[in-house]
Amino acid sequence: MSSLREMAVASSADVVGVRQLVRSAALEAGLSLVDQTKIVTAASELARNALVYAGGGDVQVEIVEKGPRRGLKMIVNDEGPGIPDIPQALTDGWTTGSGLGLGLSGSRRLVDEFDLKSEPGKGTIVTVTKWAR
Amino acid sequence: MQRVPVLKLGDVLIVSIQIDLEDQSVLLLQEDLADAVVQRGAKGVIIDITAVEIVDSFIGRMLATIASMCGMLDAQVVVVGMRPAVAITLVELGLSLNGIRTALNLEKGVALLDHIRSATP
Repeated sequence: MSSLREMAVASSADVVGVRQLVRSAALEAGLSLVDQTKIVTAASELARNALVYAGGGDVQVEIVEKGPRRGLKMIVNDEGPGIPDIPQALTDGWTTGSGLGLGLSGSRRLVDEFDLKSEPGKGTIVTVTKWAR
Repeated sequence: MQRVPVLKLGDVLIVSIQIDLEDQSVLLLQEDLADAVVQRGAKGVIIDITAVEIVDSFIGRMLATIASMCGMLDAQVVVVGMRPAVAITLVELGLSLNGIRTALNLEKGVALLDHIRSATP
């Protein structure tokens, strides 16, 4: 049941691979089509962040259970420069790159649980969970 | 990396995205479309995303960029076939794609282009 799947993100082709991995796991976890689309979109944002800001990272996907509920947990991990100001990084429109600044803040809205740990110089770990309804 | 084909029908270009969009493919499509609009003198562009399972902030931003770029080259863009789950996700993500015209399907997209062109002589 708790089959952990892992994948490295080193290129933009891997971001597509992460979407496919998360899509199949979300289907297996029993997420609705809308919820699958939300978690796959969040996965795409977070995997791209790891690629753009840290030069790469890895993604772990696991089907989890809480009582009768099933869900999908995803951990996106990188060893990049880290985020000095996390509340700022979670603000809509804030970016140090060239994007829209919606990757982190938008991903947080697309999932049920969102946790971000980051240490400057060490890296960033984002853990998100989406529960089946 | 896969390339998205650009088809021509009269003075309209039709782009039907049938692949899992890699960032590089989207950037390439942007360049291909700008060239095609100018070379073929297209007045309208229809981008069909019926087969696109997700639109994230990068892809959404590129759609908006393509629309304004083609607008500058005197071609109107209509995005057709967005899936309901994609629309829900985009709004929640915070991307409302305000500058982009949409239609439910290809047929309605063509009708919308005709309407726009008859309204702007």
